[in-house]
Amino acid sequence: MSPGTTLDQDLLVPELAGQLRSESGLQEKINQMQGSRLGSRRLPTIPALGRILPGGGLMAGAAYSVENSTTLAMALLAGPSGSGAWCSVIGIPDFNVEAAANLGIDLDRLILIPHLDGQWLTVTAAMVDVVSIILTTAPATITSTDAARLRARLRQRGAALITIGAWPQSEAVLSVSDNQWGGLGTGSGHLQTRRLKVTAKGNNGRSRSSELSLTELQQRTWPQLNTADSRTIDQRFVPQVVGA
Amino acid sequence: MLWCPDWPIAAALRELNLPIDASLALVDKGEVYACSPAARSEGVKRRLRVREAQARCADLLVEQYDPALDERVFEPVVSAIEKIMPGVQLLRPGLCAIPAQGPSRYYGGETAAASVLLSTLSTLGLTNARIGVADSPFAAEHAARATEVLEGAEQDAIWVVPPGESAQFLSSFPLEVLAEPKLAVLLRRLGIKTLGDFSALAAGDVRNRFGVEGAIAHRKASGLDHHSVVVRKPPPELDVLVDFEPALVRIDQLAFAFRTSADRFVDRLSDSGLVCTVVRVVLHSESGEVSDRLWRHPRWFDADDILDRVRWQLQGGGLIEHGLQSGITRVQTIPDTVEDLGDHADGLWGTGPDEGVHNGLARVQGMLGHGAVLTAMIAGGRMLKDRRVLIPWGDSSGSNPIAVRAARQLPWPGKLPGPAPATVFDSPREVRVIDDSGHSVDVDTRGMLTRAPAQFTPPGSPAKQRLVHHWAGPWPINERWWDSSGRALNRFQLVDETGAAWLLLLEDHQWWAEASYD
Repeated sequence: MSPGTTLDQDLLVPELAGQLRSESGLQEKINQMQGSRLGSRRLPTIPALGRILPGGGLMAGAAYSVENSTTLAMALLAGPSGSGAWCSVIGIPDFNVEAAANLGIDLDRLILIPHLDGQWLTVTAAMVDVVSIILTTAPATITSTDAARLRARLRQRGAALITIGAWPQSEAVLSVSDNQWGGLGTGSGHLQTRRLKVTAKGNNGRSRSSELSLTELQQRTWPQLNTADSRTIDQRFVPQVVGA
Repeated sequence: MLWCPDWPIAAALRELNLPIDASLALVDKGEVYACSPAARSEGVKRRLRVREAQARCADLLVEQYDPALDERVFEPVVSAIEKIMPGVQLLRPGLCAIPAQGPSRYYGGETAAASVLLSTLSTLGLTNARIGVADSPFAAEHAARATEVLEGAEQDAIWVVPPGESAQFLSSFPLEVLAEPKLAVLLRRLGIKTLGDFSALAAGDVRNRFGVEGAIAHRKASGLDHHSVVVRKPPPELDVLVDFEPALVRIDQLAFAFRTSADRFVDRLSDSGLVCTVVRVVLHSESGEVSDRLWRHPRWFDADDILDRVRWQLQGGGLIEHGLQSGITRVQTIPDTVEDLGDHADGLWGTGPDEGVHNGLARVQGMLGHGAVLTAMIAGGRMLKDRRVLIPWGDSSGSNPIAVRAARQLPWPGKLPGPAPATVFDSPREVRVIDDSGHSVDVDTRGMLTRAPAQFTPPGSPAKQRLVHHWAGPWPINERWWDSSGRALNRFQLVDETGAAWLLLLEDHQWWAEASYD
């Protein structure tokens, strides 16, 4: 309801105005109940990353691209995985499951498809039906129609796609800069701590960044979803509704 | 009651294709469990130590005793009996009970029925079977065993105890045949030496004094133990075997031709209220090759799943997709593990979390092959790649998951401390590390670094050189030095000027990137 209509209502006869008001209230209620349109459902996200992502976290049905850090991509996966969703890693033979487990990804619900035989789109589209979040390397070339088709499928299933490398219609592009390592000297010590600056550039051109340490990405407790029926997992994912 | 003496030996002789007069001993836990007549005549006995048995009989063949083999070899015998006489109770391999009433009426007398049985068995190559007929299974068993003592003109493989005379027949047997050693000792102290003496006691008194076990033994001794024979139900035939004539050379042809058989396989299982969770697929090719593999399923097989497994087995066997090396002449599917359908039934509101996942992943496996869809476990190891165990979806891991987890808890000296790198290269990438003067950095024979690393060339971009900011190493790893497959290498950690951290290997003067902390 635009402010203009409210003004008009005041000029109308009171009964009619009351009726309109209740109608508008009803409309609002309907909108709220239909709140699961795209972007209003948020997947569990590590707070440190949720702060910089547009919308306050990973959105179901959206695509994100991560430019230069597998660790960051794993951290995005950790939230949904930790709260009981199935995850899939497609086309990344170098993925280290040990690091994934340390970041809180449940290996029992992680599906790896390292080699694709050139069937990236078919396999990814099939996996969208199965799992709630997919991590993949973006193919070198993808036509915009294929990307749009995949996006529609993601939206329909409420799954999220995270690509390593550029993706044409991503909600945000995340990148890591200013890596600072602790514990390593010259000829002595070993890598222990890491501080990194994560920048998220939204598709509206606004970018936000945050400095955080590796331990902040290692959240271990997540709200557990009751996964009695995974076919509805995507609908149940985090019932919280972000303001319209 | 049908008795085949020395059945473990007979079974082993048949299985190993040995002549009937070979000296064979079956060994269980270091002691002779059974021995062939030839060996027995040389002085080999049951419960003799293997070494002593070998000393007594120089050309003794020693084999491990395998109870499953006994059962397996006896199975055709039981089915042969079932063909001519209904209702067989398998007591143990080599001994089975058959109700005599029906066959004796049909064949015209107990002796006649027993002779028919013996002639059937001799066609199977079993010439030394014995048959005892009596009122009770216990008496009949001992009648069959008693045929051994008959000699000369009386020698016969059949002993028929007339009806009502079982107790009398048993009365001269010693107490040991009851196989109740404690009871036998006790009774002997009471002055009771034979089954006849024992059965003369009043049943109530025996029960009061010796309890249920005593009462059962007393009934056996009196020839009154349970008369009924619990008839074996022949197991349903669940295997499916299809022969192709002429041989099929294309996978799609084969899949099409096998389709109905796969349906039949699943239907038969479900008719018996079963589902198959592990199936064995055996493929015979025209040139005589046999491909045999077990396939597991995360839930249970339906017809499509079985077709997929047949297809994957052909593709995975090094045979290319469109033409096999030689045509397939026979496909056989054998259920290896079956479970009750009730345990796998769909619930009213779906079957829990994984149904959709299973179906979806099966579809992807259909596209890419069985080994393309993987789940992961973390195992123990020094090299990062060894710590990752990938298991095709639906397979159980080759090793026990508990063992894998236990191996992870072991100390593994030389494993990497600190956070795990996010990228572990599937195959190590070639890199260069050079010192100030442009020479490659190396480690000498004493494990000391020749010069400090100054510049680093990341994998994939040989032209770009980066300054080394921090580094640590060498950390020597000497894996399996006792083995030719062992490796000796040095590990380094390195942070370059862009802030990227790397885990490097130096092996045979060559630098590799093992992992990247990206």
